[in-house]
Amino acid sequence: MAEAESAGLLETKYSRRKFIKSVIAVGATASSAGYFIGSSGLGAQAVPGTVERLITLTVNGQQRRVDVLPNETLAMTLRYRLNLTGTKLGCDRAECGACTVLIDGVNQYGCSMLTHQVRGSSITTIEGLENPDTGELSLVQQAVLEEGGFQCAFCAPGFIMSMTAMVNENPNPTRAEAAHALSGNLCRCGDYDKILNCAMRAAELARSV
Amino acid sequence: MAIIRDMIPAFELVQPTTVEDALAAMARYGEGGWVLAGGLDSYDWFKDRIKRPEAVIDLGGINELKGISNGQDGLEIGAMTTLTEIVRHERVRSEYILLADAAEHVATPQIRNQGTLGGNISQDTRCWYYRSGWACYRAGGNTCYAAAPQAMNREHAIMGTSRCVAVSPSDTAPALVALDAKMIVRGRRSSKVHDAEDFFIGPATDITRMTVLESGDLLTQINIPGEWANAHFYYEKVRDRGSWDFQLVSVAAAFKTSGNTIDEARIVVNGVAPFPVRLDAVERLVTGVTADEALATEAGEIAIQGSRPLKYNEYKEPMMRNLVRRAVRSVA
Repeated sequence: MAEAESAGLLETKYSRRKFIKSVIAVGATASSAGYFIGSSGLGAQAVPGTVERLITLTVNGQQRRVDVLPNETLAMTLRYRLNLTGTKLGCDRAECGACTVLIDGVNQYGCSMLTHQVRGSSITTIEGLENPDTGELSLVQQAVLEEGGFQCAFCAPGFIMSMTAMVNENPNPTRAEAAHALSGNLCRCGDYDKILNCAMRAAELARSV
Repeated sequence: MAIIRDMIPAFELVQPTTVEDALAAMARYGEGGWVLAGGLDSYDWFKDRIKRPEAVIDLGGINELKGISNGQDGLEIGAMTTLTEIVRHERVRSEYILLADAAEHVATPQIRNQGTLGGNISQDTRCWYYRSGWACYRAGGNTCYAAAPQAMNREHAIMGTSRCVAVSPSDTAPALVALDAKMIVRGRRSSKVHDAEDFFIGPATDITRMTVLESGDLLTQINIPGEWANAHFYYEKVRDRGSWDFQLVSVAAAFKTSGNTIDEARIVVNGVAPFPVRLDAVERLVTGVTADEALATEAGEIAIQGSRPLKYNEYKEPMMRNLVRRAVRSVA
């Protein structure tokens, strides 16, 4: 009976996407565990100021307890420990912007910061933009929906985070200012013109609130 | 080099909250310790496995290293102040727009939001032979791959070389030299002040580093003296792409003027040598002279005297000549 149930679970609930995720998560944990054990013999307490691994992060308004290696980037933690896979890893070199998240409202590259550096900060990912109670989209998301800005949209979460930072700071940008504000994100489909339409529409929505 | 998408190899992470603790941690780990500012230069080294520090000492929690304040003479900028803060700072914008301009030309908004002034001027060169882990002179080896007959050296140096032909990558460095900034460097026992001009060193002085900073030294503060506040400034950076890119050639210049006459000048070019190059000969030429097209042209010609291009970077000569010409012309 139990066997039949679990078999059923596998068939219905285990999509390809979830399976791949779990394999990646296991891989990440296994390899990182190796690195940690393989590191120097100094314990976490040996040097004043060295970090504890079990920490609390504030992600999308929620307190999340999570076990984080000292050498782990925020994008890794978000994707493979907290399952917030809206944050994409493109280049992993601060060169493409797909991993852009907001740290205390400021857009930064999640691939190029250590999770332990943002313990006290408020982290916002693409998953945290909609209203948590009603599911209503944020103004920027609404603008992207209206303007249909992206083709493959792998870069979209990063762009949307940068747009969010932009409209919060300057809801009245010129098109050139918007381009400058989004110049840290790449779109390989080359959809920049439509993406700028989204940014200008988002600013327009922000002004009308 | 293949891009590796997995964990950065393990290190101890030390997060001091005071400069004293940071210096103690640096002393404790010695050569095995890596001082982390914004981290944007560092993570590439770690991810590519070229540098594998035993411990990373993260300066991000040290509040005394952050922020801009009014000093007795000019501005005092903490080394961990972000480039975005500098770009937006009211007094930087009103009195030292040269520095704000240069900081605004660094990479991308996200990088400026995280990258620091101290990190920007202390970052390592972008020579890809060196950054790919080749055992070149700078990495302790016995050759320069970038100067070899078949080497790709379009972005490399045309002057100031000594075995190594890599260039200084920093956008803010030439602006700080032009503003005659002072770098405060703390060691375990003493503290030293360096002129920005002397802070950046060439391979003839030490081929393995780009600044005076040695193991155990910590750049804590950059002072911008009042002497050059509100001078006439000129900044221009030429790069392949409109964002993200390092300079091919950039110029930062400060002029004290009476009308069209240049009373005093500091003209600095970056991207042409392993350090920001101060153009003393050009400064002597233009001092006390009324700026016009003829002077600008002569300045440009003098600027490139003694340059020795490599196989693929000859274009940097006219680029440098024209940027210096434009800087002088801006006074006319």
